[in-house]
Amino acid sequence: MTCSEFLKELTDYLDNTMDQRTRVELEDHLQWCHNCYVVCNTTKRTIEIYRDSQLFELPDDLRNRLRTAIISKCKQHKSKTEA
Amino acid sequence: MGAIESKVGEPIIDESVLVNAARNGDIGAFEQLVRRYDRNVFRIAQHITQNREDAEDVVQDAFLKAFQNLGQFQGQSKFYTWLVRIAVNEALMRLRRRRPERMVSLDEDVKTEEDSMPREVADWSPNPEQLYSQAELKDILSKTIQGLPPGFRTVFVLRDVEALSTEETAEALNLSIPAVKSRLLRARLQLRERLNKFFKRRNGESK
Repeated sequence: MTCSEFLKELTDYLDNTMDQRTRVELEDHLQWCHNCYVVCNTTKRTIEIYRDSQLFELPDDLRNRLRTAIISKCKQHKSKTEA
Repeated sequence: MGAIESKVGEPIIDESVLVNAARNGDIGAFEQLVRRYDRNVFRIAQHITQNREDAEDVVQDAFLKAFQNLGQFQGQSKFYTWLVRIAVNEALMRLRRRRPERMVSLDEDVKTEEDSMPREVADWSPNPEQLYSQAELKDILSKTIQGLPPGFRTVFVLRDVEALSTEETAEALNLSIPAVKSRLLRARLQLRERLNKFFKRRNGESK
């Protein structure tokens, strides 16, 4: 397996959505190819860092304000359609 | 991170019960759906639009559209996937309005495979997040993902941040499964490459 073949399979490898045979081939490649090992590891960390980052959390006060606005608009829509 | 966020102790009501009640005009049931998914929709909207005001508008408009069109929701897909589809379309529409000079499309596929090939291969510090304060880290992550084309960052956010499956992401974005996989790989590799300069192991740092 070449490095570019490895990279093509990287997403399925990280998501664990591949057959056992391909997984063994990829892991064999990782045993001896330091570059792919590093790319694989740091890509995995990239995903974890974003997943755990709590980027763009919705603050409680804004959350309440938005929900109140949404529900009020839904009520308006409901009363219009029922009229 | 699971798609459903509920308060501890809050009874989990079957989603289809809530959707059916909301479809029959039960605003209280719809409010529970809003509570389940408002944080997710806000995150997705902010990731796509990169603008707080737009994200607030997207949350309101997406939920209102969902309420108005619940009659068309077939129930073949999950309510959340259907809602994400509405929210993504609203977010892309706002992004186009703000950047009329640039084509904004999920089909944007101008980069070649080579653009995603790793250029710098360097090991990272054992705990790269701890090299920065929480605020600095958020700034780095936010600016880094901003640099990706909208189609790439949308796929990355749905798959890797919101944990939708490949199939759900394809359905929400009206893309084929191979297109989702290809964009996801390239988004992941490009983000990794851009984060290298912040997270790589410094000289003298022990393994």
